[in-house]
Order: sequence, then structure tokens, then C-alpha cells
Amino acid sequence: MTYSPHTDADRAAMLKAIGVALADDLFADIPASVRAGRWEVPTPLVEQDVRAELARIAGHNRIPEVSFLGAGVYRHLIPSVVGEVIGRPEFSTAYTPYQPEVSQGTLQSIYEFQSLICELTGMEVATASHYDGATATAEAALMACRLTRRHRVAISAGVNPDYRRVLETYCSGPGVEVVTVPVDLGEGGSGTTDAGAVAAALGDDVACLIAAQPNFYGQLEPMRELADAAHGAGALCVAVVEPTSLAILEAPSEYEADIVVAEGQPLGIPMSFGGPYVGLMAARMASVRQMPGRLVGATRDAQGRKGYVLTLQAREQHIRREKAASNICTNQALMALAATAYLTAVGPQGLREVAELGMTQARHLVAALTDAGVAERRFSGPYLTEVAVRLPDAARRHAVLAEQGIVAGYLLARDEPALADTLLLAATELTTDAEIERLVVALKETA
Amino acid sequence: MSVAEAPDRRDASGRGAAFSGAAGGEELTVVEPLIFERSRATRRAVRFPSASAHALERAATQPQLPASVLRRQAPRLPEVSELDMLRHFNRLAHLNHAIDLGFYPLGSCTMKYNPKVNEWAARLPGFAESHPLDPEAMSQGSLEIMWLLAELLKEISGFPAVSLQPAAGAHGELTGLLMARAYHRSKGEGETRTKVLVPDSSHGTNPATATMVGYEAVTIRSNERGGIDLEALRAALGPDVAALMITNPSTLGIFEDQIDQVVTAVRDAGAIAYMDGANLNAILGRFRPGDAGFDVMHFNLHKTFSTPHGGGGPGAGPVGVSERLEPFLPAPMPVLAEGDAEEVRRNAWAGRSTPGVRFALDDDRPQSIGKVRSCYGNFGMFVRAYTYIRSNGDAGLRGISDDAVLAANYLRVSLHDVYDLPYDRISKHEVVFSGRRQKREHGVTTLDIAKAILDQGIHPPTIYFPLIVEEALMVEPTETESLETLDHFVGVMRDIAERAASDPDSIRRAPTTTPVGRLDEAAAARRPDLRYAFPGEPRPPEAPSAAPTPKGPTT
Amino acid sequence: MSYPDDLRYSKEHEWVRVEGSRATIGITSFAADELGDIVFVELPEMGAALTQFGTFGVVESVKAVSDLFAPISGEVVEVNEALRDAPELLNSDPFVEGWIARVELSDTSELDSLMDAGAYATETG
Repeated sequence: MTYSPHTDADRAAMLKAIGVALADDLFADIPASVRAGRWEVPTPLVEQDVRAELARIAGHNRIPEVSFLGAGVYRHLIPSVVGEVIGRPEFSTAYTPYQPEVSQGTLQSIYEFQSLICELTGMEVATASHYDGATATAEAALMACRLTRRHRVAISAGVNPDYRRVLETYCSGPGVEVVTVPVDLGEGGSGTTDAGAVAAALGDDVACLIAAQPNFYGQLEPMRELADAAHGAGALCVAVVEPTSLAILEAPSEYEADIVVAEGQPLGIPMSFGGPYVGLMAARMASVRQMPGRLVGATRDAQGRKGYVLTLQAREQHIRREKAASNICTNQALMALAATAYLTAVGPQGLREVAELGMTQARHLVAALTDAGVAERRFSGPYLTEVAVRLPDAARRHAVLAEQGIVAGYLLARDEPALADTLLLAATELTTDAEIERLVVALKETA
Repeated sequence: MSVAEAPDRRDASGRGAAFSGAAGGEELTVVEPLIFERSRATRRAVRFPSASAHALERAATQPQLPASVLRRQAPRLPEVSELDMLRHFNRLAHLNHAIDLGFYPLGSCTMKYNPKVNEWAARLPGFAESHPLDPEAMSQGSLEIMWLLAELLKEISGFPAVSLQPAAGAHGELTGLLMARAYHRSKGEGETRTKVLVPDSSHGTNPATATMVGYEAVTIRSNERGGIDLEALRAALGPDVAALMITNPSTLGIFEDQIDQVVTAVRDAGAIAYMDGANLNAILGRFRPGDAGFDVMHFNLHKTFSTPHGGGGPGAGPVGVSERLEPFLPAPMPVLAEGDAEEVRRNAWAGRSTPGVRFALDDDRPQSIGKVRSCYGNFGMFVRAYTYIRSNGDAGLRGISDDAVLAANYLRVSLHDVYDLPYDRISKHEVVFSGRRQKREHGVTTLDIAKAILDQGIHPPTIYFPLIVEEALMVEPTETESLETLDHFVGVMRDIAERAASDPDSIRRAPTTTPVGRLDEAAAARRPDLRYAFPGEPRPPEAPSAAPTPKGPTT
Repeated sequence: MSYPDDLRYSKEHEWVRVEGSRATIGITSFAADELGDIVFVELPEMGAALTQFGTFGVVESVKAVSDLFAPISGEVVEVNEALRDAPELLNSDPFVEGWIARVELSDTSELDSLMDAGAYATETG
């Protein structure tokens, strides 16, 4: 079906006004040699048939009965009220708020979002969002290069491997070199960034050190030491954080991170096979002119009414063009609104409960696996809600459980050969005691 | 700006009831406090269960976190009830104009109707609850829909290969230029081809992207017909040019009628021909850039393929590429690991599954430029776009362009006597007027005109773009607006033109019926207030003024 | 439209006021009007060596950004700190209070390639 309202009479009226006989006449300026010949698009479908088609395909997905999979994307409760907010067509079918007088809903909600991200991270200014945590990280690295006028960036191998790949791709543009700082992967080791390697990697041409807290392996990094090391070498510290953890962990401003980035998916956004998500970025006010992305600011109209506008737009592509800090045009406004609604719905107490429940269940899980003799922690040192465990023949056993509808976390060997037989298990507030028991029992049966 | 007297704020849009009880016609008072201002200690909306005694007991056997990493003060998130929260966001929603409320002829943005069945599809639990790293056997539906969408985009564009990974149009541009550079490097010309050519009418993302990829953007002028100047292009092409980025139809809404010669010239010079696909809504079924010799094009799923704009995203910017760029596409790519492509397509178009088929993610792509975002792209938008394309089908997609172009030309001929038309030719899906007559004769600018349109419950067209048109007013009606809506818009525009002559002050005072009037953007930029200041806190520190701004990285 | 007689003007809408071996430079009212409300000025650094017609800073308004092109060569000896907090001076008083920088002139013959007030007025229509 189509959504055009035009009847034959409507079309005839328009053609007559224009002064052509057929719609085809309006395409006469397409050179004959490039006119489309082939058009093997399937025939139209009415709504009930479209629904059947989409249900057919969705039915080919199997949603796990039990899942401990995290690795950068997390299964959290999305409060019903969040869906109501982002389902409002005034938010979803509006455009970027370039005409602020009729966009105060979008603009004020972005201002609230910026405020919330500043509050979580302890930083002074936050952007209106980026595509995801990976691109926010890459943009932060390039921002650090602009601020320091240096052309190399150092990134801990403890940062999500997907993010590191995206960073490499982004840096290949302006020819910025990426140095990877290894993580201590030894059995019973810290699972965190190797301090000696950090010192070796930081030269006077390194713009920033990027580290994650918690890191990809769920381990808590010594962020203060890493930031100090970076600053000592004249580099910036870019902290990649997990937003729900900030209810419990110190704000990155406490250890003097210069730029903070994160993936906002855990804040009320469905996993949806990888997207859309939302990238967060926050920094100090002193570096705002080098921050990529949109910013909303408060101001007043001529009658003194408070209102909100896109501001500092001269940084952006539509004005700065080839001198822009970034080419970003679309942000992820509706996802940022979801995050705003989520943080409002759970409040400070709720966010703390989300983090604490995840932590409790992660520890419960480790205790249960250890007690059953099924698996041991791979690393020592503190972790939050995600933890790496070692068990023999992990890949085969993971596959057996998958057949049963249980996803036993993430096989770390996929990215890191040194971590064969290691699973990354994530717990959230949705993880039940019964699920933990089921995982332990199922793993035991595959031994 | 200053106004001599405070204008009456009467609500012509009928939304007045949302603002503090004022009924339609009554004077509006201000708007909605910040959510922080509604906060009261210990109020809550959503609650979570307590951990069981068993869980707590097991957890207590594990080491606890060291005090040194713990937060000392809870973040000051709002504390509100669910009802108060919902009212807050609903009232904010009331302050927005949106496609679902009224006409939104923003040129270059393709503000067409966003079908709700697309939303139904994206929310199917099979899609919404699917984790991107689930075992492939559990994700066959997700991989299938990505593969099928790519197949459809290939058919629509004529390109032999498509990547869905870029998250937005600008992101697609980045991907395209990174692939161009990878291609040139593979030919040993990575260091010598340093320039990207862009028309002077281009969208700002084009030169910004060129810079992000370490290229120098060189501007090529347009000719008097509104197309790229072929001679200027030929003169600029040389062994130092990596690519041409061109929008077709152009940002003037005009089809590049020498496009065949443009592409030939670019390819003959060894450069990559990039088409900005923002204006695809004009040419579905009429022009396939892949057939015409382009090397790469980005699609805007949130424009042509109806996924909602969301107030500024999320979008999606897949890219289609020619054979010579295919090896450089981002990884991983959804592929058909088992099954015959022709049979799978045929069955899918008929609504049938193919037995024994298996989709997979191919990460073995040695020449790939890498990844441009985490996971595989904005998957939720793929579901919506696939739903849209299957709904419209072959005839529907062609009909979209027919009706979009018809509507734009109808507006062109209905308004070209009262507004200057710098390029007086057949348009495609959008038409660019100039407000220069109103400015010169009556001191009424395009900005003023736009604000006057706001008072009529219509979103203004795009203003001051493209840069090559003085006082530009870019109107894109799209194919989903009725003739009555179009005629109403014509009436509004003609009335504004008349008032610009007879009562210009009334235009310059606009808008007067919106929740706020014209806002002081200079103050917002000079003394930025970018976050809520909690009571007792100093106002956020200001951005540095006039400190030397460091230059970007150089190659 | 008439412009101050004691100044020389460049095609890029900058002006020069010669004061002995030094000169003060700024942007003209024409440029400021074109830009609209100016929100930010990127001033040159003290001691920077400016080359005639080379870029030496940036001026930002709400809706536009423009490079600043030095009308004359010289070493920067003073910058107008007032512009850091009040960039709007470029709009309200571009020829006096809104001065941008003072330089030690390196080549006074460069003044010959600049316009006088009358020629600039003609140039800007």
C-alpha cells in the first residue's frame, strides 16, 4: 500500500496547473542513457500481508530463555513509561529543532538530557548525543588530538574490541596513529591495563589515553593512576564508562578524566540487534569549542520567557563546513529522550538498585559456579556486574547450552586467543536466582 | 533584537489548552519547568525487587568493592512520580510541531508520513529483544532482514553491493570517502590524490566529511541552470583528485541533466564518483545511480524510506557501492551462507521462507575499511525501512517519486509569481525560492517569512540553504500531503507575500502564537548555559571566549 | 555608506590604522553586518607573525564563521582582551572599541595594496 493521498482528480489538477500532460514529462530531463531500465522490486503488500511478512522473519529469531550475555549491550528492564514517552509522535515525527519556537519540547528534553549526563559523569558539559559509544569514543580521540595538537592516541586493550576497531577506522581518516596498551590477561591476574605498558606507550606525541571503567572484561581499572599517567605525559584521559555503574562508582570527574564517553543503551533502550543506540560524551567547558555534536543552550525570548536553542552551532558542519569539528548531522535524539525518560523513571534510588542488583547477582553467580566446581574467576580484583570465568571446553559447552535456549555469556576467545575457555558473564536486575541455578546446572551437565 | 511592545500571544494552533489551562484564544503563559524543578526528595516512579536472602548470602561470600572506587554522593537525578513524569513529557510534547500534527515542508529532509506499521514491526519482540552477539543460529531473523533489505536497496539503486552499517547520512559519507581512500591506496595513489571536489550548492556535511578523512575540499561552481559547471569540473579534475561528491537531484531540487558526462569525466580522471543520496525521493524507479556509473551513494533511510526523524535521529545511512569499491566495505557483512540467493529472494517476495537457508556475518574481509560503528548499524531502522519498501512495492516506490515531484512543481507554479525563483525550470521533489524581492523591496527577510509561517501551524521550509541562493527558501512537500494541504500552504505563502508589502512589521514581529517568541541566539552562544544549575550552585562556567582554538589534526 | 577616512581597507573587509611603526587592525562594519551578532572571536597569539592576506584568526556569529585575513604584515604586540568577554563590540563599534590586534609593521609599502575609504565604499556598493 502507499501513503500518498492523491486521487486521479488531484493528480490531474496538479498536472494542469503545471502545464504538462503526464508525470513522465517532469522527468524528461533525465538523460536517456541513464534512465532506470530494471526495476525488480517486489509488488506492494497491504497491511495484513506486511505484518505477516515481518512476523515471518521475526519468527526466525530465537529469544533466549536464559541469557548472561553482555559484552557491551545489556538486557535491562525498560519501564513501560519510557515507551510511552518516545512513542509520542510530537517527539518521534519532529525534525532537528532548527526552528526553536516550535521545537521547545525536543530542545528542553535535550537540555535535560545534557544535564543528566553531566550529573552522572560529574563533567561540566555534555553533548546532545552521538551514534553510539564506539563512535563517541572515536570522536573523543580526535577531539583530544585537536586540543593537544598531537597525532597519536593510546587505547587500553581493555576497551571493547568493537570500539577499538571503530577508533582505528576513524583515525585512518586524518592519519592519526593508534597505539594499543595491553591488558594483564594472566590467570589470576588483574585483567586490567598493564601499568608498565602505559608508561611505555605515553610519549610526547600522544594526545590521549583511552581506558574503560569497568573494562570489557568487567574488571575495575585503576582510573586515577591511568589519568595521572596520561596527564604526566601531557596527554588527556578519555574514560569510557558504563552509565548504570555511575550510580555506584565515582564520577569520572573525581579522577580528573578530561573527556567521558559511554554507550547509553543500558538506559532504557532495547537491544534491537545492535541499534539504534546512543553515544554519550561529556567534557570540561574549556574544551567545548572542540566538542563535536549538537549542544542545546538556555536563553530567553524578547518577552523574557525562558527557551532553549541549538547553540554554538558555528562548530558544526552546516556552518563550519570543511572547518567543522566533525561532520555529524543527525544525533540520536529519540534515543537520548529514551535515556532521559529512563533516568527520570528510575531516579537516583532506582539506578542504584539496578546497579546493586546486578552486582549481587554477579557475585551470587560466581559463588554458585565456584561452589559447584563448574568455573572459577579468570581474574582477581574488583568487578561490578560482569565477570570473566574460566571453564574447560567453554566453546563446546556454550554451544550445547545455546541449543537449549541458554546463552552462557560471551566467548572471549572470539577477540582474544589468550582467553580460550573463558566466558564473560553479565548479570543485571533482571537476572533471577532461578536463572543462575539453571545456568550452573546446565553447565555442570555439559562437563 | 528588540520589540517596541509585547505582542499578544494568542494561540491560533489550538494547542493552548496544554499550557497551564489556557483555552484556545486565551493568552499563553510560559511553558514547562525543567524536570529537576519538579523533583522532590524520595519520590519515585519505577521500583525494583529486592535481592533474595539467598542471593545476598551467596553474594556476601565474595569480596566487596574497595571504598576508594565508590561514589560519595548519589547523582541528583530527578525524583518524581510516574504521573508527574508523564505529564512533564506530554506537556513538552505539546510544545513541538511534528509531521503528525501538520505540514512540514523542510527542503532536503523529506518530511513524509512515518507509517505506524513500521513501528509495530520494529517493536516485535523477536527484533527488539535480540542481542547483537547472540549465537548466529538464534539471530537468523535479524540477519535475514538485513540481507533482504540490502537486496532491495541494491535493486533500487543499481549498485551490486550494500553495507547497512553507517548510522546516518553523514556517517555514510564518511564511510564512502574512507572507501575511496582505501581504493586509491590499493592503486598506489593514496598519497597523491588529496582533493575532494564538491559543488558550491553542497550540504555542509560533504566538505566536513572530506576534512574528517584528511582530504582538502575544493568547491566547484554551479552553472546558470543550477547544475554543476561541467567545464569547471573538468578543469578541476586531475591526478590529485580523489573523489567528486555530488547530490543528484541537486540541493536546488534540479536533476543534473549532464550527470552522464559528469560521472564519465570523474571516472576518466581516475577519481571516485560519490552521490549524496539525500534526494532519492525524487528519482525512485527513474534513475539508478549504480547504473549511471557512480561508485558509491549513501541512502538516508530517515528521508526516502520513512523512518521517523525523532527530533534529530536516529537515522541510518547505508551505502551502495560499485564493484571496484566492494572489497572495502565495512565489516562484518550479513551474507547468505547457505541457500540460493535467487530462490531466497523469490520466496521472500512471495512471503515464504526458504528451507535450509542460513545467514551469517562475514568478518573475513581483508580489505575492509574496518568498522564505522559498533555492531551492525541501526537495526531498528532496517526493520522499519524493510516494512516500508515491502508495503509500497515496485509501483508504490515509483509512485512516491511521481507524486513528490508533482507536488513540488505544483507549489513552484503556484508561488513563482510572488517569490523569486532563481532557477526557473522543472523541479524534482523540492523547489528553491528566494526571498530577495521581499528583502529588497520591503526589508522582510526569509527568516521573517519563516517565523510568519510558524504562526500558521506549518513548519517553515528550509531557509538559507543552499548557500548559492540569496535568502533561500527550500520547499519539499513530499508525496504524502493532500492537495488541500498544498493549497492551504500556497494561501499562507501568498498572504505572507502580500503582508510583506502592506504590513511588513507584522511579519517581522512573528511568531506570536507559538509557545515562545524569537529567542536570543546570540546570548545563548556568548554566555552558554548548557545544563541545569542546582540551587545554590554557581552557574556553569562559561566557554572560553577568544582563547586560541587549536587546529585540527593534519595528515 | 561612508567609512572612516584615516583607515586603509582590504578586500576581505579588514581595516588598518597606522600609528607610527605600529598599526591597529580590525574588521569593518560591513563585515560585522554581514556576519550578524558576533558571539566569539579567536584572537591571534601575542608575538605571532602575521602575513598580509594570510589568516590570523576566526570570527563566529550565530549563523556564520569567517576567517580573519591580515590586511598587513607584522608581529602581534597587543590583542584586544575586551573581545574575549564582549565579542559584540565588533558589531557595536568595529572601528574603535572593537579593534582586534596591534602589530609592529614589517613592510609599510604593503599599505599601497589597500584601499582608501572612498574606494572601499565603492567596493562594498
